[in-house]
Amino acid sequence: MTPRAVSAADEGLLNCHSCGLLSKNVPNAHDRCPRCGAHLHLRKPDSLARTWALLIAAFLLYIPANILPVMHTASIIYEEDDTIMSGVVYLWTSGSWPLAILVFCASVTVPLAKLIALSVLAWTAQHKSTWRQQERTRLYRLVEFVGRWSMLDIFVVTLMVGLVHFQSLATISAGPGAVAFAAVVVLTMFAAMSFDPRLIWDPEQKQDD
Amino acid sequence: MTDQTHTPAPQDEDIPSAKALPKRRLPSLIWLIPIVAALAGGWIAVHAIMQRGPTITIRFDTAEGIEAGKTKIKYKDVDIGNVTGVVLTEDRQHIKVTAQLAHATDDLLGDKTQFWVVRPRVAGGTVSGLSTLLSGAFIGIDPARKATDKRDFVGLEQAPIVTTRQAGREFVLKAQDMGSIDVGTPLFFRRVQVGEVSAYTLDKDGKGITVKAFVHAPYDQYVTSNTRFWHASGVDVSLDANGLRIETQSLASIAIGGIAFQAPPDQPVAEPAAADTQFTLAADRNSAMKEADRERAPFVLYFRESLRGLSVGAPVDFRGITIGEVKAINFEFSKEKREILMPVTIDLYPDRLRGRMRQDQPIHTPAENVRILNAMVAHGLRAQLRTGNLITGQLYIALDFMPGASKADIDWKQFPPSLPSVAGSLTQLQDTALSIAKKLDALPIESIGKNADQAMRNANKVLDNADQLVSRLKNEVTPEAQTTLKAAQDAINQAKQTLSPDAPVQQNMNDTLQEVSKAAQAFRDLSDYLSRHPDALLRGQKEDAK
Repeated sequence: MTPRAVSAADEGLLNCHSCGLLSKNVPNAHDRCPRCGAHLHLRKPDSLARTWALLIAAFLLYIPANILPVMHTASIIYEEDDTIMSGVVYLWTSGSWPLAILVFCASVTVPLAKLIALSVLAWTAQHKSTWRQQERTRLYRLVEFVGRWSMLDIFVVTLMVGLVHFQSLATISAGPGAVAFAAVVVLTMFAAMSFDPRLIWDPEQKQDD
Repeated sequence: MTDQTHTPAPQDEDIPSAKALPKRRLPSLIWLIPIVAALAGGWIAVHAIMQRGPTITIRFDTAEGIEAGKTKIKYKDVDIGNVTGVVLTEDRQHIKVTAQLAHATDDLLGDKTQFWVVRPRVAGGTVSGLSTLLSGAFIGIDPARKATDKRDFVGLEQAPIVTTRQAGREFVLKAQDMGSIDVGTPLFFRRVQVGEVSAYTLDKDGKGITVKAFVHAPYDQYVTSNTRFWHASGVDVSLDANGLRIETQSLASIAIGGIAFQAPPDQPVAEPAAADTQFTLAADRNSAMKEADRERAPFVLYFRESLRGLSVGAPVDFRGITIGEVKAINFEFSKEKREILMPVTIDLYPDRLRGRMRQDQPIHTPAENVRILNAMVAHGLRAQLRTGNLITGQLYIALDFMPGASKADIDWKQFPPSLPSVAGSLTQLQDTALSIAKKLDALPIESIGKNADQAMRNANKVLDNADQLVSRLKNEVTPEAQTTLKAAQDAINQAKQTLSPDAPVQQNMNDTLQEVSKAAQAFRDLSDYLSRHPDALLRGQKEDAK
């Protein structure tokens, strides 16, 4: 399979994130870089716990984000609260299928996919699984990459609120769902950041030993 | 991070040791995030559940304008719920609307709660629900006074005119026909709109209409036990003995009809009527007010003249005050009198004959009435047909005191008793004309003509004589006069010739005059000589002493 790899952690060495200095690990202590004073750690501290915590929070907020209205449209003719899904349905029924698909992917599928992907990563890392480490690493990179695009929905709402503002004729304002949704996106981004992908490869070392 | 190359591990002394800091073993604060998220989510969920009110179903005939998720239920223009679903009923005859009401709206739901769809509506002169043209229909609710746990309702197809929360009272009106009444038709009290028609139904027997009219507070106090209601719809044009009458209520009621009510003006104020009191809806104001006269005294009048122009309903009037009306006109042949009589049955309203000042007096007993009427007839009270309108030829019956009327009395034996009548004014006029004609007839027109003829002839003769005289003057006198004039002319001419300057007479006259002047000259000389030598008279002329 993969060639025999030596990791810094096996040798008890720490690599500084800030200045790249290699230093020896002192067990049972918070280490500092002797050169620049940055925090040193073999692996991201509490990586799994933090990832799980943020993931659970994101999962919890994902529910109101989809149930509560994201956008409140008020005009002379009518007053309407739109959730993400109703917006998609509206776009679909009004015939702009590409837009509907785009919004659906960006606002529904991607956040959910990220949440599930991160959960899978965290779960497998916790169980020291050696299953498909390559794909899992690629998955992690994908999650990291896609993270910033999940804010598309919030971006659309923000633009609408800014553009459509004819005081008495029509106003659009962000609903409570938008806040929840933004929180979901931010939390998943943090969760992805706090997950240490090296954990995917650690079990292999253990097996080899 | 991990290099794949097989470089030997770096030497320990080459690698600096990391600074050691004491380890903190604190529970990670990161778990606060999901806890906060859970709390927030939980609070939102609890709040949403708390805000959920009762779920109801309403049955309508049609779902026109109702959209699941869009249509709102509004009470006093406040959203109290949302339509969550619209489905057909099992029997496919109606639609069933499921609606989720807001928190704490249970007390609005009861047996009497009514729902209706508010759509643009034009009725009773009012336009309502125009806002729904843009915003789409919504469901209105008229809440019950008493809450029950009823959750399935049957919606109204039309908005109720009167909702339970409106103060006022509803009255029942019995009408012959609808006229131009509709739900929402305004009710007028002294031409102020004080209510509207809330419902109407055709009576089961098909003989009339029952109208429910709602009068808003505080105007409902003006509906008293003696109030009369009448159709005030449109223009009431009537042509009767009083001439052409046009009655209208207001411009609005002309367009959309209306009902007016009022107590008879000459009656004391009665106590307000209870709700759901039944009234009769009269055709017009006059008939409404007529019903006020509960007391009627029928009489019969016999006329000998033509009744053309007299109609049932014509007024019986006493010096301009209507005190009754004609009820029937019949035909009767009197065997004992051998003549055709025209009996006219009239109804008199004794109320109207009673003095205003004596309102509080006890109503006369029949015996007293008989006495009073007898006295009146003895004073000359008679009935008479009069022309009310010369153009239309309408007649009315006048009761009045006729001085010089032949003696008559009331026949109390028959029913109704008959009042004595005299010939109508038109008949009197005809009589007068007839008598004039008779007098004209009696004139000796022929002899007058003859005499006139004679006189004319005489006059002719006189004229002839004058004519002859003139011709004689012309033939005999004129020539004589002409000769005379000629002679005069000649004489004048001769005189002219005589007096002309070159005439011999003139010459002679001149000469004569010269002689005379010479003589005068001589005489003057003589007198001069004498004045100087007065002695000459005695001595004579002296010779010159030379």
